[in-house]
Amino acid sequence: MESHDINKTADTATGTGACEYAIELRHITKRFGDVVANDNIDLALKKGEILSLLGENGSGKTTLMNMLGGIYFPDEGEIFVDGKPVSIKSPKDSFHYGIGMIHQHFKLVDVFTAAENIVLGLEGDKGKLDRASIRKAVKEIAERYGFEIDPDQKVYNMSVSQKQTVEIVKVLYRGADVLILDEPTAVLTPQETDKLFAVMRNMKRDGKAIIIITHKLHEVLAVSDRVAVLRKGQYIGSVDTVNATQQSLTDMMVGKSVTLNIDRPKNPSLTDRLVVENLTVKDKDGVKKLDNVSFTAMGGEILGIAGIAGSGQKELLEAIAGIQRSEEGAAITYLSPEGERVSLNGMDPLDIIHNGILLSFVPEDRFGMGLVGGMCITDNIKLRTYRKGPGPFADRAYSSNLAESIVSELEVVTPDVNRTPIRRLSGGNVQKVLVGREIASNPTVLMTAYAVRGLDINTSYTIYNLLTEQKMKGVAVIYVGEDLDVLLELCDRILVLCGGQVSGIVDAASTTKEEIGLMMTQFRREDAVHE
Amino acid sequence: MNKEPLIRISKRDGISFFRSAAIRAIAILLSLIVSAFVIYAIVKLNPLHVYGSMWDGAFGTEKRVWYLLRDMMILTCIAIGLAPAFKMRFWNIGAEGQMLVGGIATAFFMRNYADSMPLWLLFVCMIAGALLCGAIWGLIPGFFKAKWNTNETLFTLMMNYIAIQFTSFCVAKWENPFGSNTVGTLNPATKKGWIGNLLSDGYNNDFLCLVLIVLVLAALMWAYLRYSKQGYEIAVVGDSENTAKYAGIRVNRVYIRTMAISGAICGFAGFLAVSAVSHTISTSTAGGRGFTAIIVAWLAKMNPFVMILISALLTFLDKGAIQIATDYGLNEYASKIITGIVLFFILGSEFFINYRMKFRHHKKEEV
Amino acid sequence: MNGLLEFLTSFPTLLHSAVIFGTVILFGALGEILTEKGGNLNLGVPGIMYMGGIAGLASTFLYENVYCANAGITPNTAICVILCLVSTFLAAALGGLIYSFLTITLRTNQNVTGLTLTIFGAGLGNFFGGSLNKLAGGVGQVNVNVTSEAFRAYSTKLVDFFDGFTGKLGLGTLLFSYGFLTYVAIIIAVAIWFFLDKTRTGLSLRSVGENTATADAAGIPVTKYKYLATCIGAGISGFGGTYYVMNYIKGTWENQGTIEALGWLAVALVIFATWKPLRSIWGAYLFGILYWAYNYIGGLNRSTIELFKMLPYVFTLLVLITVSLRRRKEDQPPASLGLPYFREER
Repeated sequence: MESHDINKTADTATGTGACEYAIELRHITKRFGDVVANDNIDLALKKGEILSLLGENGSGKTTLMNMLGGIYFPDEGEIFVDGKPVSIKSPKDSFHYGIGMIHQHFKLVDVFTAAENIVLGLEGDKGKLDRASIRKAVKEIAERYGFEIDPDQKVYNMSVSQKQTVEIVKVLYRGADVLILDEPTAVLTPQETDKLFAVMRNMKRDGKAIIIITHKLHEVLAVSDRVAVLRKGQYIGSVDTVNATQQSLTDMMVGKSVTLNIDRPKNPSLTDRLVVENLTVKDKDGVKKLDNVSFTAMGGEILGIAGIAGSGQKELLEAIAGIQRSEEGAAITYLSPEGERVSLNGMDPLDIIHNGILLSFVPEDRFGMGLVGGMCITDNIKLRTYRKGPGPFADRAYSSNLAESIVSELEVVTPDVNRTPIRRLSGGNVQKVLVGREIASNPTVLMTAYAVRGLDINTSYTIYNLLTEQKMKGVAVIYVGEDLDVLLELCDRILVLCGGQVSGIVDAASTTKEEIGLMMTQFRREDAVHE
Repeated sequence: MNKEPLIRISKRDGISFFRSAAIRAIAILLSLIVSAFVIYAIVKLNPLHVYGSMWDGAFGTEKRVWYLLRDMMILTCIAIGLAPAFKMRFWNIGAEGQMLVGGIATAFFMRNYADSMPLWLLFVCMIAGALLCGAIWGLIPGFFKAKWNTNETLFTLMMNYIAIQFTSFCVAKWENPFGSNTVGTLNPATKKGWIGNLLSDGYNNDFLCLVLIVLVLAALMWAYLRYSKQGYEIAVVGDSENTAKYAGIRVNRVYIRTMAISGAICGFAGFLAVSAVSHTISTSTAGGRGFTAIIVAWLAKMNPFVMILISALLTFLDKGAIQIATDYGLNEYASKIITGIVLFFILGSEFFINYRMKFRHHKKEEV
Repeated sequence: MNGLLEFLTSFPTLLHSAVIFGTVILFGALGEILTEKGGNLNLGVPGIMYMGGIAGLASTFLYENVYCANAGITPNTAICVILCLVSTFLAAALGGLIYSFLTITLRTNQNVTGLTLTIFGAGLGNFFGGSLNKLAGGVGQVNVNVTSEAFRAYSTKLVDFFDGFTGKLGLGTLLFSYGFLTYVAIIIAVAIWFFLDKTRTGLSLRSVGENTATADAAGIPVTKYKYLATCIGAGISGFGGTYYVMNYIKGTWENQGTIEALGWLAVALVIFATWKPLRSIWGAYLFGILYWAYNYIGGLNRSTIELFKMLPYVFTLLVLITVSLRRRKEDQPPASLGLPYFREER
């Protein structure tokens, strides 16, 4: 509401073309089941402006933009393009209205050249694939906006940033006037980011309107004209970038602290359990996902890991669990409650099991990694217990009993423990099974990633209690979370990751939400560059 | 602009046993009706009479029943071999070749050592040879898949033809009598290495041994897949490699191990085909059954007992059609046409088991 | 030494038979390349070749030996040829349509469906082939002389002219002594290459086989492309069967399963050619050379001949392994090959 008024005043100041707004979203609501992803959102994009859409993970930014990209269709509300009401039902419709969306996951054909990807699906001139003229057109676009692109380069030979360039040129080639970039800088180096911003400014000069989704504050300040903020599916407001500071934007983004009344007893006997030193992890493209991370997790405490999604949380946990390979020079040392020191370097999950290290892990992607969707609860419990006992046959009775007890203790609702595929259970029940299984093996280290994502309040509290219980037993609990309020009340210490680096480890009881928010969004190294 | 689709298709969460059984039954019925039309169109015969003589061909005499059982069990045995590979979502198209190399190993010992070895040692060698050769034939593509992700469908397919040529090579080498281009019946007088001979001399019951062995094998494979630690690992790898790694399962090792088992059982099917059925070796020892078994294993969803049923159906069609051929002067390939039609329908029916269709009333577009 | 010399002097003859052999599998492979470029692994090629072959034979048999014989007229060569080609294409494309409907619309497994199609097609071919033989009076008796001769006709003038030119080398025989379908196969190979590499539609088809979701997002009608590529591809594969029937065994039928073996060799050729139509031309002739080479190499006995016939498959396997080792992206199978595609429910 408030923003709408601001826009109205701007209306009279600049009035070029038929309509001053390239895009207007009015009262947009989108629900997924019971979850309201976007709640009555109004947002307007002026022609020739760069708008930053800012918000924490899960605030509904991508959902909102996907309705412009033709991926989702809004449940309520209207979309106006150039002042006219439109209905966008497919990516094709979206193109038709001159909207080009660049997703986080690139939609490119690996064995095609840049040029081939750019013209894919277009009719062209009599169906001929005239590479020379395409090359020329691509070169023209590149020159106009300052891209560096080789039309004949194959996509599989490209760096992430080059692939992104192809995606952007692809939408420009199709004549897009509005570009939506979904976290474009998440995969770029600072130098590449600077180049991208230069290109964006050129496009703006050419009259294109751009929405950039991001949660990096310094980038928001560096590139955009205006910032719109979403929080938990709601539209908070928009400000002109000139009037914004990192602090004011952080406040808008994270909101006021909420008291959750999570019990946080202290475990008096803390012991070092897991010492991580100089951990660096690269993905398959050679991009650093974790950069020289060092910390110690202690038995008897919950160590929270905070950070924007994709800051290296997944890689951190997977590297400890032996699933991810770490780079030379890293050292992960496990200290057992009996005082033994075991180096986990180079161990795979089976080595860790064989060394008697009771490491439990609740991964982020439940069905992709932690569970087998097509199997029943008992068979999923078996994932940790099937090796028990001698002989070639698994002790199904043991797993079945364990499954029964987890189901009854955690009040898992399922039609049949031994038949119903776990994929058919609700998210909360699935998570209870997963957490229950991991705790059932009496771990000394318990790692959880987004353990309460998508769960209702009651189930969330059940999980918090379980974790605290483990902590009081002397287990080293590592809790990767996204809700800062929960992290502040549940954890003893919080490690903040930013771009794969540790930006600090703070005492949860004495820190503030704002402080963590800033640590999450600021690259220490880069601040120097941007000053 | 975009019309809403007329039919919306969504995956079913699950379906009751009776419903899925009903859908399959309808599919088979429909396929028989279509086949009836085809039969009528081609030969203008009353399809019911034709089906009647098919029944007669399969069950008409005790001997026919034994033949039906024999062929059905061989087919089941190959399908059992494929089950662990398919459960792992590894497309082992190479049963034909794995069976042949198993058969060659069996024939090798039968031919060369029947008189110089005690009978028990001969059988041990025949079986071990068949298992080992089949295992190697399966292990090679498994190794390349694990190591370099070489496409296993195409790899195992090529291995078939190498095995077929190798069989032709052996047949030419072992030819008997000279110029016949066959190996001839091995040990026709002594019947050494004939497994049917172990239980009885009676002609009809020759195949009892084979039937019992395959039934035991089916039960073992069922238990292996369902209750063993390795079987569990296979299922996890088949569903999600990442989950397997997470749980400390070494995926490459499971690939290689499972393919060795799969190949070994297919090789064992080759042993059965030689020792219990033909007592000779030729390229028709497998005779395309390695391919048919793929369909059997797939349709049975890797359940060995269901495989027996499906093998029974296919073998019935085969036997029946051969009977039609003799009764009505058609040629025996009619069986393949009918088999094809029945399989098309069963395959297609899976869609109605796995998906539900919603017919959409056309909604008026707002705006 | 002697063997080598013998081999060299007889090489033109070897090449000649290799081309005839190679053309059968070239047709099969070309159709399958088109199909696989759309992401469908159709293991029904042998069945499709059977369907094409029998349709070509049966239609011309009905025209030549039934219609014309009854009417007492001489069969018209042009009608024979056109009738044969059209019925071949339609029957084979029907095989492709069955496969497409099952795998694309009913989402059945591609491998299993393809194998079933092979059983079905082989049954159909051999059933009718056997029946035709019977109609004609016995095994191997069916004969469509007019059509077969039209398929095998070539210009003796052209051959003699070039043979006179090159003397012993027999270049004229080597280049121009084949039936027209031999050249059609090469033209189709070039046409498929041009289509895939030089046209927008070809680019779209390749994108469907490589990354179906991306193609779908780019607005390419994925289902339509898959259907068309599979059906037209099957139609082309079918000519392999007809070429075998009309040229290789001269207008007769035999029930020895040769077409099936050749069909699998065609699938092998697709891999050998790493899905490239131009490479499949010389690949086909190379397979032909490997297949017939035993005839021209001294010192082989009946058993070692069989080992020799293994070579095309061994070569293909080596190519498959090398390709996966080298990981050169251009040589890989289409990335979505064999995978079902359904757009996610929204």
